[in-house]
Amino acid sequence: MGKRSVVPFGPQHPVLPEPVHLDLVIEDEKIVEAVPSIGFVHRGLESLIAKKDYNEMVYVAERTCGICSFMHGMAYVESIESIMNVEVPDRAKFLRTIWAEMSRIHSHLLWLGLLADAFGYESLFYQCWRIRENVLDLIELSTGGRVIFSVNKVGGVIKDMDSDMLAHFLRELDKIEEEIREIQKTFLLDYSVETRLKGVGYLSKQQAHDLGCVGPFGRASGLPSDTRTRGYEAYPQIDFEPIVSEIGDSYARCECRILELYQSIDIIRQAIAKIPDGELSVQVKGNPDGEVFTRVEQPRGEAIYYVKGEGKANLNRLRIRTPTFANLPGLCETLKGADYADVPILILTIDPCISCTER
Amino acid sequence: MSKVICPPNVLEEIRLDELLKRVIELKHEGLRLAQACAAYAQGKLELSYSFANDETYELTTLRVIADVDEEVPSITEIIPAAVFYENEMKEMFDVKIQQLSLDYDKKLYRIEEDAPLLPESVKEERRAAAAAAGDAAQAAEEEKKEEAQD
Repeated sequence: MGKRSVVPFGPQHPVLPEPVHLDLVIEDEKIVEAVPSIGFVHRGLESLIAKKDYNEMVYVAERTCGICSFMHGMAYVESIESIMNVEVPDRAKFLRTIWAEMSRIHSHLLWLGLLADAFGYESLFYQCWRIRENVLDLIELSTGGRVIFSVNKVGGVIKDMDSDMLAHFLRELDKIEEEIREIQKTFLLDYSVETRLKGVGYLSKQQAHDLGCVGPFGRASGLPSDTRTRGYEAYPQIDFEPIVSEIGDSYARCECRILELYQSIDIIRQAIAKIPDGELSVQVKGNPDGEVFTRVEQPRGEAIYYVKGEGKANLNRLRIRTPTFANLPGLCETLKGADYADVPILILTIDPCISCTER
Repeated sequence: MSKVICPPNVLEEIRLDELLKRVIELKHEGLRLAQACAAYAQGKLELSYSFANDETYELTTLRVIADVDEEVPSITEIIPAAVFYENEMKEMFDVKIQQLSLDYDKKLYRIEEDAPLLPESVKEERRAAAAAAGDAAQAAEEEKKEEAQD
């Protein structure tokens, strides 16, 4: 048995966009155990319910994350709508679905770029983020924002997309899809990339289940869970199947996310084909009285909003369980037995969003 | 067509002494711990442990009502992945979780304020009780000293 030592990793590290710390117990360059520490950027967003009423909290929820901000806002308003029995107009549900999938595309492209950068392919990183710019342009065109869309409200949405804009979306998505096919070749067929990803950070289906893993991280290990099939917003009217792999390594996680890019583009095309005419929102009166657990599928996986109201303008409790929070135990498991040099890649394969986790 | 279903969410209120038994049962049913959290309502702590069925998408939540100073058993021996949820409960609401497998000692989020989501009134009551207990202990000690001097 070699000598064991503890190597601190983070909270500041070139591969980490946000601070997280790991105490890595290593033995001959192999990780024996990893103990994570967070709490470097805690913002206390949940406690703002004492100061903001439930309508103002939409803006707070959107600011939980800079990548999937739209989905946080959507999960929050869906929670309030569920408590208050508000039936959102169908057109608003389809618009929310389109924007949610646009968020997934830009999030996955961002992650692919970071992964490429982590294994030393800088030009591939630029290519991924160049494509992502086109997605952000479409989001900006339709919502006015690139990071925070601010289009959700309790009862519906506040912005519409006319038929010209929807046609423009379809044309641009064709180009984006073509460009993704180009970068896909490098991610999935390049020899050097394969050596960095294949067989690295294996997590079995049983381990993924026992450790509560969610999203592409869990699906790459064979968990069939995709919360979109729960049937919220316009997803009941969309034809899609969760993308699952049985392989369970870093390569499978990369492949799942690439395939989900095509899936999201397909979902948007279906949504645009089926979007009905109609109102964007309904008027909502009163205050929420009740509680609900709402689950939505964010780019990183299932997020759970727990909202509890007691008939007042201010909520009694808002709790946001983010996908990264659920994937932390899984990350520690994938690190066991891995080479020290693979730690940056393995941390990235859960697509960590730390600010979101600490909210 | 896609496998879209609209499952119900089930809320099951149980006693604190039934928690571990029900957690073991749900684990053996193949459910995944999806989340655990605490809330404060009507002078009590409401602890929620949600379990997801990844085939039917049903979410079963175990609800335990506990007094603010009541000891709550950790479920990390049964489900190790609960460790971060329980540490969060402990830090945010000062839930008296017993036998946590990895205890961050209220420093998971590194918040300086003790139990930031517990109402100030509860914390004041605690401080008053602690002060009264401290006074009583001090008085008893002084009495002891006087007896010893006599």
